[in-house]
Amino acid sequence: MNWPRALLTDSGGFQMVSLLHLADITEKGVTFQSPVDGKPMLLTPEESIQIQNKIGADIIMALDDVVKTTITGPRIEEAMHRTLRWIDRCIAAHKRPHDQNLFGIVQGGLDPVLRDICVRGLVDRNLPGYAIGGLAGGEDKDSFWRVVAQCTATLPEDKPRYVMGVGYPLDIVVCSALGADMYDCVYPTRTARFGTAIVPEGVLKLKHKAMAEDTRPIDPTCACMVCKNYTRAYIHSLVSKDAMGSQLLSFHNLYYMMQLSRNLHSSIVQGKFPEFVCNFLQKMFPKGDIPEWVCNAMEVAEIDISSCCAPFRYIQATKVQSNLNEDEIQAV
Amino acid sequence: MKFVVKAWSNGGARAGILHLGTSTIDTPSLLLSTRKGLPHFISPDLLSCLPAPESRLLHVSPLHFLEGLSMKTISKIGGLHQLLGLHDHCFVAVPRDSIQCLPEANSTNKIGASFETPCGRLLIKAVEYMEMISSTRPELWATLADEVPAWVSDKRNKTSVDRTIKWLDECISISPASGAVFGAIVGGSSLEERRRCAQEVATRNVSGYWVGGLGLGESMDERPALLNAVIEALPEEKPRLICGLGLPEEILQGIAAGVDIFESTYIYHLTLGGFALTFPLDRTQINASNLVPSDVGSDPRKINLRASVFRKDTTPIVEGCTCYTCRNHTRAYINHLLNVHEMLAQILLEIHNTHHFLGFFRLIRDAINAGRFEEFRREFVQRWR
Repeated sequence: MNWPRALLTDSGGFQMVSLLHLADITEKGVTFQSPVDGKPMLLTPEESIQIQNKIGADIIMALDDVVKTTITGPRIEEAMHRTLRWIDRCIAAHKRPHDQNLFGIVQGGLDPVLRDICVRGLVDRNLPGYAIGGLAGGEDKDSFWRVVAQCTATLPEDKPRYVMGVGYPLDIVVCSALGADMYDCVYPTRTARFGTAIVPEGVLKLKHKAMAEDTRPIDPTCACMVCKNYTRAYIHSLVSKDAMGSQLLSFHNLYYMMQLSRNLHSSIVQGKFPEFVCNFLQKMFPKGDIPEWVCNAMEVAEIDISSCCAPFRYIQATKVQSNLNEDEIQAV
Repeated sequence: MKFVVKAWSNGGARAGILHLGTSTIDTPSLLLSTRKGLPHFISPDLLSCLPAPESRLLHVSPLHFLEGLSMKTISKIGGLHQLLGLHDHCFVAVPRDSIQCLPEANSTNKIGASFETPCGRLLIKAVEYMEMISSTRPELWATLADEVPAWVSDKRNKTSVDRTIKWLDECISISPASGAVFGAIVGGSSLEERRRCAQEVATRNVSGYWVGGLGLGESMDERPALLNAVIEALPEEKPRLICGLGLPEEILQGIAAGVDIFESTYIYHLTLGGFALTFPLDRTQINASNLVPSDVGSDPRKINLRASVFRKDTTPIVEGCTCYTCRNHTRAYINHLLNVHEMLAQILLEIHNTHHFLGFFRLIRDAINAGRFEEFRREFVQRWR
């Protein structure tokens, strides 16, 4: 690849489960149908680590038994315990512990008891870093943040915490407030291919007819090559028709995410993190209608966002008691 | 626009200098093909890695913008340079692009020229075309033509010449203040009609000539006579532009006849097919008798990077090539990208192929300046067939 900067490889587990429909998980490993020739193949923890050793990334991921959070029942517990058994096999198979950092992955679904057992098990192995897995699969936001909060509270302070598959800018801001450090997501590039740009207000759908006459840049506050050179109108003419449209939007979206990370980092270093969060939320929710799960998470994270929240609970209460309409309540 | 012929080689081949916009370009030169003004795959930030100034001439078909962008909006934005964020490049507008905007001779009528495009069949009137020109503001533009393929009836062919001349006059009369105009010359595969059209257009007040209607079904054997019939009627000191001559030997044919600027889709088709140009650009290598044509399944002038023989080939496409692709990546990597359907493959291939093909044009100019173009042409066609 001729890539001189840092690299991280995943174990292949998630891709198998999410992209292939005939995956069968046993104690040995994951059996799946080869996408190349349809033959049955087995990916074991040993083989996953071996392949990752050959690729040579700086951070490699353990093969875990991942289940969707929307599933309930004993399967979740089985997967969590197996993940712990497999981490030992991964550690044993890892031939390059001095140049590649093996991260363990916390599983356990949405069950705090299972998550706790998994965290303790992984911390006992004294790994260079820890991932919080099994989320970003369609579970409700309220459950999602609580699992992240529990894990960040119990994982060691001096090692990176990587929330896999996250995500939307809002999710990243919340997880960062809760103490997570690393993220990965297909969102910026996938949404770009569908003609959607990420902007401070949320998203901008370039395919929309109104964009055809809009001569402003995608995001006037963005310093990327796309926002400095192109209008919404031009990008609109490209999206979903020409490869260049996907390229330019991907460029902007990735730049946006990089800038978000940079801003999160510098605001924390400068001691202005709560200010940054409020600013971020104000732009995204100008009417102050911040989702309840975000308010709850920020409360646990001890970040005061009351200045950008419309008085949520007050509104709920007064709606019940009076006949004030929304505008009148806002004015209160 | 200013054009000066500097050197001649045997036959009609000539080398010149074209001053266009802020660029000074040596001819014979190549127009890079674009889609809505930008390359098909090379992102704008990588355009500067192509050799300059040769890579700065871009072919634009104004018809591309009819799919989603109004002329009013383009005008408001300020024309092509502003629209595309490319301030160092020069735009040459020709309605036809030989990839997706092909002339539909059966539907063209006295009202306008018909084109088959991704947004359907469009009928373009001269006045509409001129609106596009004045909104996009290219440095150079060709007048609207009725291009017909080689097999139409004599009557249809004659009509196409009459129409093209009529539209030329109409376009010139509506002509905006800026931008050099090239008069379109058609005539199908009739020497008489070609000559007649060229003679007519030669009397008009234009900065140069666009030879249209070729690359639409005539054979390579027919072409030299048609080209000569046109060129003989044109003044020597004005530049000639042609579309639809894609392959290297077709380009050489055009240069031998006296054409200066070429629009070619060769790079695009190579790139889509996963091919990379490899014929040597070093004159000593072209003559070397010990040079063996390359791999199984490919031909001596290009390689097919989809072939499994490249799976472990960690050499660049062309050893010593200074393009971004060859400086940074290997054949094995591009083979992998093609296999997993990653767009980066097309980006890297378009960069290399553009770089290489521009190098081919440089060899041609060197040969003309040294007075040995015919020799060069003969050697090239023989050796790299």
